[in-house]
Amino acid sequence: MRMMMADSGSNEEVAVIGNTDITPAESENNIINTVVPLVALCDRNILRFKLPMVERGTALLRKMEISVAEAEKRMGKNTVNIQETYTVYLVETRPAETVPEGGTPAAPDTLWRRYSEFELLRTYLLVTYPYIIIPPLPEKRAEFVWHKLSADNLDPDFVERRRVGLENFLLRVASHAVLSKDKIFFLFLTEEKGWREAVLETGFQDKADSRLKSLSAMFRVKNPDKRFTALKQYSDELNTVISQLLRVRARVADRLYGVYKVHGNYGRVFSEWSAIEKEMGDGLQSAGHHMDTYATSIDDILEEEEHYADQLKEYLFYTDAVRSVCRKHELIQYELEIAAQDLAYKKQQKEELVTGTVRVFSLKGMTSKLFGQESQEQRESRLAALEQSIQEGEESLKEKNRECQEFVRTAWEDIERFKEQKDKDLREALISYAIMQISMCKKGVQVWSNAKECFNKM
Amino acid sequence: MVERMLCGSGLSDEPSPGPKFEKGMSGQSGPADFRGHMLDLDEDEDLEVFSKTETRQDNIELSSLQKECAKDAHGVVSLIQNTSMADGSPMPNSPGSMVNQYRLEEDDEEQKDANFKDLFITVDNPESHVTAIETFIMYRVMTKTTRSEFDSSEYEVRRRYQDFLWLRSRLEENHPTLIVHPLPEKFVMKGMVERFNDDFIETRRKALHRFLNKISEHPILSYSQHFKVFLTAEELLSHKKQGPGFLSRMGETVRAVANSVRGLRNRPEEFTLMQEYVEDFSNKICSVDKVTQRIIKEQKEYLDELKQYSPAYTQWAGSEEELAEPLKGVASCVERCSKETEEQIHHLSEVLVPALHEYVLCAETLKAVMRRRDNIQAEFEAKNEALASRKVDQEAVFSHWFVCFDWQLQEEVDGLADKVELANNALKGDWCRWRNSMRTDLKSAFISTAEKNMEYYEKVSSPLKTNTFFFNHTVKPQNFS
Repeated sequence: MRMMMADSGSNEEVAVIGNTDITPAESENNIINTVVPLVALCDRNILRFKLPMVERGTALLRKMEISVAEAEKRMGKNTVNIQETYTVYLVETRPAETVPEGGTPAAPDTLWRRYSEFELLRTYLLVTYPYIIIPPLPEKRAEFVWHKLSADNLDPDFVERRRVGLENFLLRVASHAVLSKDKIFFLFLTEEKGWREAVLETGFQDKADSRLKSLSAMFRVKNPDKRFTALKQYSDELNTVISQLLRVRARVADRLYGVYKVHGNYGRVFSEWSAIEKEMGDGLQSAGHHMDTYATSIDDILEEEEHYADQLKEYLFYTDAVRSVCRKHELIQYELEIAAQDLAYKKQQKEELVTGTVRVFSLKGMTSKLFGQESQEQRESRLAALEQSIQEGEESLKEKNRECQEFVRTAWEDIERFKEQKDKDLREALISYAIMQISMCKKGVQVWSNAKECFNKM
Repeated sequence: MVERMLCGSGLSDEPSPGPKFEKGMSGQSGPADFRGHMLDLDEDEDLEVFSKTETRQDNIELSSLQKECAKDAHGVVSLIQNTSMADGSPMPNSPGSMVNQYRLEEDDEEQKDANFKDLFITVDNPESHVTAIETFIMYRVMTKTTRSEFDSSEYEVRRRYQDFLWLRSRLEENHPTLIVHPLPEKFVMKGMVERFNDDFIETRRKALHRFLNKISEHPILSYSQHFKVFLTAEELLSHKKQGPGFLSRMGETVRAVANSVRGLRNRPEEFTLMQEYVEDFSNKICSVDKVTQRIIKEQKEYLDELKQYSPAYTQWAGSEEELAEPLKGVASCVERCSKETEEQIHHLSEVLVPALHEYVLCAETLKAVMRRRDNIQAEFEAKNEALASRKVDQEAVFSHWFVCFDWQLQEEVDGLADKVELANNALKGDWCRWRNSMRTDLKSAFISTAEKNMEYYEKVSSPLKTNTFFFNHTVKPQNFS
């Protein structure tokens, strides 16, 4: 299979900031101060939300390009036979080969998926790979909204942002060393019909139920792994701070919207006022236009900020996945401890039986004291059973120990990978936020500079 | 005569000699007519003004407006003297042409004012005064001047708000159709808990300062005797007792109401246009004021949220290692934004709002001036009609053998006719001046606001631009195809 030309074997990161499409003329025209090379080539295209480009490090991504190209509304009957409107998303895959000179790119394979199918896929992955931090889906319902956005699932802006989020999810899974190899995931991308059945055939449903049960159960681990404890604590902290940040950000956005929009009133009043003035008329009128421009500029600004919020939200939801891995580890640890405890108890029982001493209270012991010693045969058969049980127990413990260690090893590998990914992604998100702010300020200076010129003509 | 008064739109370039000569021959007008006139009988100012015109040729401030005003105090006598010197040679500029000149050279006049500023006033140092009856604030009014009509070149007096009110009402009485700059309001309705709140006092002080400076820049009002007394007298109370009493003011108001009820027959078109402009301007300036207040309100709410935004980043930075630096960078940018927003609010409140508010009050002043002008015209029209109907009666009775002429009524009518012309010209002259002043003041306030907003955005983005993290940790080299 031909490799992508760009992939020369090294993992290339295409910058979040930086646009290969920008022409030299455009970059010259940019008003942003070249003192800051970071923003020297900034223009609107860059500031438009760009997904953190995932590395083409997996075989899957080397083979195919994946995208969620469109969203469409459908009508259908649901499980209780009621008509409902829902949205479907077009999943596109195309071979990652380069197009030959003068050739046309191959048509992509496409299929439609509902949000609920994405959810099913994710649940399957959660159950099948409990030691992996599974990438989150975009939110089901719009949260942390400020007043302008509607929380309606059918709102086009919401649907669009969800489309981006779903694509992001797929790319994250596809770029994961382990997850990308999953067959069900591959079928999700390639088999529209029959996928659901294939998932159910894996029998993951049973595991899903028991997982849910265990995750919500209350239990205490005697010797908690310090690393996992620290990780869970960090994850909880991260959840709290990002929630708080998103909440406040939404309120700030709401207020800022108000400030900008009120300036639109200047536009109207200046225009009316200019009609009754002679010398002042022109200046007032054109100043009014700039006030209108200022007032409408907030819409784009806040839309871009929404993408920044989405990047933060992704990591907010990631904390749930991290927490889930920690809990799974706790469960395994707990079961290990219980198994060890169990074994120790059995061994103790055996010892008592052999030595004849009763150190541990048992009903059998009591009854035998009361009703007379048991016969030698009885004792021996009991001892044999116990020894059998102990042997099984030891094997089980060994197995559980191995399982636990394996879990810790694989989980920790993924956790390290996740930490790196998180730092990189959030760093880029913060940088792009900073760029957004700088751009917003530039626009602000421009508008008021224009307005000032108009006032000068008054 | 009647026709002359009714040709409203044109300027009377040259006062027609006819009626005036007649009046001159008849003698003085009766005392009753002086009650509603612009100028006060007790005013000495007009004498001074009159004498000044002969000696201070270079002082072009003393335009014909003042000469016109001077007419009334001495009845028509001074008018005749105005039109020609005692030795018979004509005055350098006839009143009429001076009015023309005055109207056309509006811009020059501003510069003349600037060049000739010889009266400098400050209002400061508010101090609380407590008496048995009341507590009030006294402001220090300091004057520096080179004008010869002032005995000294420096004065310092203490005045309270009531004194300013007195001054303004006297100025308006004496010059009913001049535009006297408004005073800050007695009290603000909303949000005023304490009368002597520091912000309130400071806002008022600044407005009082502006008021006196506006008066000092006015070519006519700055020469008012009341103004001089206000600036110089140690104690104002004795001066306040002079002047038309309460009853005469009442009489004036009653007549004004009666006249307005009667309605104007034929308002000159230019004043109708002026009236319309004033209405529209009043609406617009009030709207701009409201919008600005609303912006301040929204900014304050924005600021409240910003203050919680920065700590959110700082708190997050506490849990992170690699990310701590960029998070703190964003936190400091948000903090900077908070600080600058606070300053922006302050600037709006200190610069734009007072300027707009002043002109909201000006609009009300203009409406009052237009009403007074209308009343003057209404009064004339009433008397004029009375005269006309009297003549009809008389003619019917006496036929044309001998003409019985009501000299007194005729005189009154002529006096009122002059009064109307004076009032109209005074207003016309001051109108241009006011328009220019409005344009300058509001233009400067808007420019200042725009500059402040530019500064705001520059300052908010500067911590980001200079933040080394964002500077250095850019992404990998871009691919240029």
